[in-house]
Formats: sequence, structure tokens, C-alpha cells
Amino acid sequence: MSDLTAMIAANADWFYLIGAILFVLTLRGLSSPKTAIRGNRLGMVAMAIAVITTFFLAEGPILWMIIGAMVLGAIVGMWKAKTVAMTQMPETVALMHSFVGLAAVAIALATVLHTEQAHGTLARLELFIGCFIGAITFSASIFAFGKLAAKSWAKTLVGGWIKPVQALLFIAMLGFGVLYFTTDSLPAFYAMTALAIIFGWMWIAPIGGGDMPVVVSLLNSFSGWAAAGIGFTLGNSMLIIAGSLVGSSGAILSYIMCRAMNRSLLNVLFGGIGTTTIAANTDDGAPKNYKSGSAEDAGFLMANASDVIIVPGYGMAQGRAQNAVKELYELLKAEGVNVRFAIHPVAGRMPGHMNVLLAEADVPYDDILEMDEINSDFASTDVVVVIGANDVVNPSAKDDPSSPIFGMPILEVNKAQTVMVIKRSMGTGYAGLDNSLFYMDKTMMIFGDAKKMVEEMVRSINGTGH
Amino acid sequence: MITIILAAAPAGAVMTSTPFVAIFTIFVLAIFVGYYVVWGVTPALHTPLMAVTNALSSIVIVGAMLQTVTIEESVFTATSLLGAFAVFLASVNIFGGFAVTERMLSMFKPKSKNSAAIAYDATKKKRGDV
Repeated sequence: MSDLTAMIAANADWFYLIGAILFVLTLRGLSSPKTAIRGNRLGMVAMAIAVITTFFLAEGPILWMIIGAMVLGAIVGMWKAKTVAMTQMPETVALMHSFVGLAAVAIALATVLHTEQAHGTLARLELFIGCFIGAITFSASIFAFGKLAAKSWAKTLVGGWIKPVQALLFIAMLGFGVLYFTTDSLPAFYAMTALAIIFGWMWIAPIGGGDMPVVVSLLNSFSGWAAAGIGFTLGNSMLIIAGSLVGSSGAILSYIMCRAMNRSLLNVLFGGIGTTTIAANTDDGAPKNYKSGSAEDAGFLMANASDVIIVPGYGMAQGRAQNAVKELYELLKAEGVNVRFAIHPVAGRMPGHMNVLLAEADVPYDDILEMDEINSDFASTDVVVVIGANDVVNPSAKDDPSSPIFGMPILEVNKAQTVMVIKRSMGTGYAGLDNSLFYMDKTMMIFGDAKKMVEEMVRSINGTGH
Repeated sequence: MITIILAAAPAGAVMTSTPFVAIFTIFVLAIFVGYYVVWGVTPALHTPLMAVTNALSSIVIVGAMLQTVTIEESVFTATSLLGAFAVFLASVNIFGGFAVTERMLSMFKPKSKNSAAIAYDATKKKRGDV
């Protein structure tokens, strides 16, 4: 038995290599819904291999403590995974990011406090970087979680004082980090960690809810870099590879989100969101006319159309309307209408949010199309139903150079014959912009709760019967 | 891993890299692999991607386990307790992350040929046409 233990410990790096390869295949699997589940299972196998190998590698592991913590974590994790509603995925993901960040901080502190280990300069540099990335990820993710779950303590900070304070905190954090690096002083390490936690909060707090998809993706990336940092400290290639995969994944998602909003990452993070847009919003005071209609009229129009495209946005998630929408979809399909869904990359509060909600409601993924796939079809579409989306269908982004969102790629729903918009009121969207789509002749506004209005449409179509 | 390969290499082999450069090479190459693999992920699965990458970055559990050790014969040290805490946090993410990804992915279904027909019958029945 001890021979086997020694053999496994001596070859641990080979097991970690297998794990790293399986991690790459996990992400590869997500290229299609057909292979995704197999990919996810490979990820589980890889994690099991890594954990089991580590048991053989550790010197004097306290087994009951490790296994106890694992069992406890498994219970909490599985329970959360089974019970969380799909509409709550954005905040759940943010909360999970914070756990990775906090775990990285705990590991860095544990390493620093390990009395049997001395830390050379390189180890100190790695610990310092790993710890502050972890700390920033932790507090920033907690704020993002609060913001996404609409908690009262997650208030968006506004004011000119924020940027200097951020800069000061960041410089002080680096200062203490350098002090630790040069003198191996423990208090400096604590101070740096504390400042990094405050900085993480102050960094994300001024960013508005509409930009949270970018923030969540960016923190996803950060949690990966934190893992890679721990990997450097341990000299473990599997941690470095897994961390880099996650880090680049989050970075790419952030890039995709930014591109879909026609903004740079720096603009989202430091660009004083809300200040410029509100100023631009006040330029015309002239009253505008819009047409409003009832859900019954809408149902009638849709049932008699041959092509319908449904454009869901955050309003569908907020109103938990996805099951009603699915019913509408099936009913129209049964009437022989060609119904499809069009998803803008930043619809909702996280990448892919709408797709998961529609999948949960059992809408087949073949009928859910991305912006680039469907944009050319709007011109030949009879009816477009916009459910709780606003900025992503705002034509000003295409034809009004003075609009703050000018240049942002949009779903060109204004090219369709008839547009129906389900909205709570004429209030502006997250960017605080008026939407010229609402005042077009072909547009019919349907005011009310998304779920209720869609249900009324369903009733109306059921009632007409050809 | 690198050390094993270097150790196994014949004595005459040229060793160009210091250990840090070797491990940094792994880091840089892994970023490239990640870049190309993640661009291949279909946008519809971006939410499951974030959930599963959360589980993957919880590989830090390896680091946490290596700190949950007896030091100078004592079990309860700041190091071991912080290590156990990190094991707990990472476990929540590993189990929760993979499970919620599995749950989400199982919802993604292609169009089945029967479903439209079934829906059609159902609506007819509802209306009393049948």
C-alpha cells in the first residue's frame, strides 16, 4: 500500500496532466449543446483525479478536516444547485466567483502563516499577486451579487470623489504589497489584503446594473487568474492551466459583451456610466405620439402572420414570463406560424441568460437565433414581439450619431412590418435613453407586466380559432 | 511535470529553461489554448460556460488541501484552519458548479419532430375542434 502511495505521489504530475487535458475537453464540449453534457462530466472526472492525487501528495494531511470540509461544501453546493431558479443565475454565478476569490485569499494567508515554510522572493511575489487578485475578486463579486439580486446594501456610488479614492486605495495596496515583498512583513501582507478587499468593492460600486454582464464576465476571468496565481505558488501546472483557461474564457466573454455594447472595457470600468447618457437624454422636449394596443389585438395579429420573431430582454427574466412565452411559441407554431427567437448578446444580465431561460421553458434551441444569424430576416418578418428589451432594439444606435449608444449593434426590428413592444411603461431603459422605435407608425405599445400580457395573447389566440 | 521530463532527459540534453520560465511557458501556452477553445463555444451556452469555469477555477482546492496539514505535530493551526475553510469554499463551487451546469445543459433540447404535432393536437383539443 505504501508502495502504491509513493508511486502515485512520485507521478502526481502525470495525473495532473490528465486532469488538465480533460479540462480543455470540458470547454471544448461546450461548442455544441449535443456534446456539452459529456464535456461537463469530463470536468467532474478531472476534478476527482486532481483531488484524489492531492491526497497522496500532501505531507501529513488532516484527513477528517479535509473530508469534513468537502462533505459540508458538497451539501451546500448541491443544495444550491438543485434549488436555484434559472432567473437567479446571474447573481448565483457572481456569488460563486466570490467564493473562488475568498478561497484564494485563505490559501495565500495559510501559506504565509505556514511556520515550517520559508518564502523566497519569487514565492512572496506570487503570494502577493495571487492574494490581491483573490481579494479583489471576492469583494467585487459580492457587490455584483448584491447588485444583481437587487439587495439594498449594493448601492451604486456616484460622485467625483470615487476615482481619486480608487487610485489611492490601489496605490496603497501595491505599496503594502511591495513592502511585504521586500521585508517579508506579516502586517504589510494583512494591510494589503484588507486594502484589496476595499478596493474591489469601490471599483465595482460605481458601475450601473446594465453593465453587470461585463462585470460578471470580467470577474469570471479574475477568478481564473487567481487560481493560476495559486498554481504558480505551488508550482502546479494543472492549477496554472485551469486558471488560464478560465481567465481567457472570462476575458473573451467580457470582450464579446463590450463589443455588443460598442464600448471599450476601460469605458465600462472607469467611464462614469450614467453621467454622459443622462445629459444627452434631455435634448428634445417635444411631445411624441405613440400607439398603444391591447394584448388581444396583438394575439390576433400574430395568429394571422406567417413570420413572427420574438425578442426577449431582461424584462422577460424579471417578469418570469418565459413559460408563458413558450406557450405562445407553441400555439403560434400550431397555427402554422414560423416563430423564432432573436437574442442580442447583451440581453439580460449575463452572457447567454436568455438562452438558459428559454431552454428551461423547453423552447428547442434550433429556433433561438443569435443577432448575426437573424438580423437579415427582420425585413421579411410580419410581426416582431419585443418582450422587456429596450436599448438592444433602439434604432438610434444605427442612425443617430448624437445618441450615446450610436454604433452599438442592434437587432433591426424596426425593419419588420409590425412591431409590438411589451413594456411596463414609457420609462427609459437601463441606459436612460429614449427609444425612437416606440414612436414609429408600425409600432404598437402594449403596457403591462410581461407575463400577464403574454398570457393574455395566448388566451386571445386560443379564442379566435380559425 | 517539467522536472520529471528534465530529469528523464539524457545527461547530454540541453536544458535551456529555468524552472520559473518552464512553468511560465505552460501558463502562456494554456492562455492560447483557452483563447481558441473558448471562441469555439456557442453563444447559447455562455451561461453554462460561466458556471462550469467557476467549478474549474475551484481547482484551487488542491492548494487548500496542501495547507490543511499538521504542522509541528499540532492539528489546529491558523494554516490548517484557513486551509480547511478554503477546502469548504472550493467544494461548494465544485459540487455546485458542476451540478448546476449539468442541470442547465439538460434543459437544452433540439427540436423533436413530434413536439410540434403534439402541441397541435393539444391546442385543437383545448378548443374543442377534435
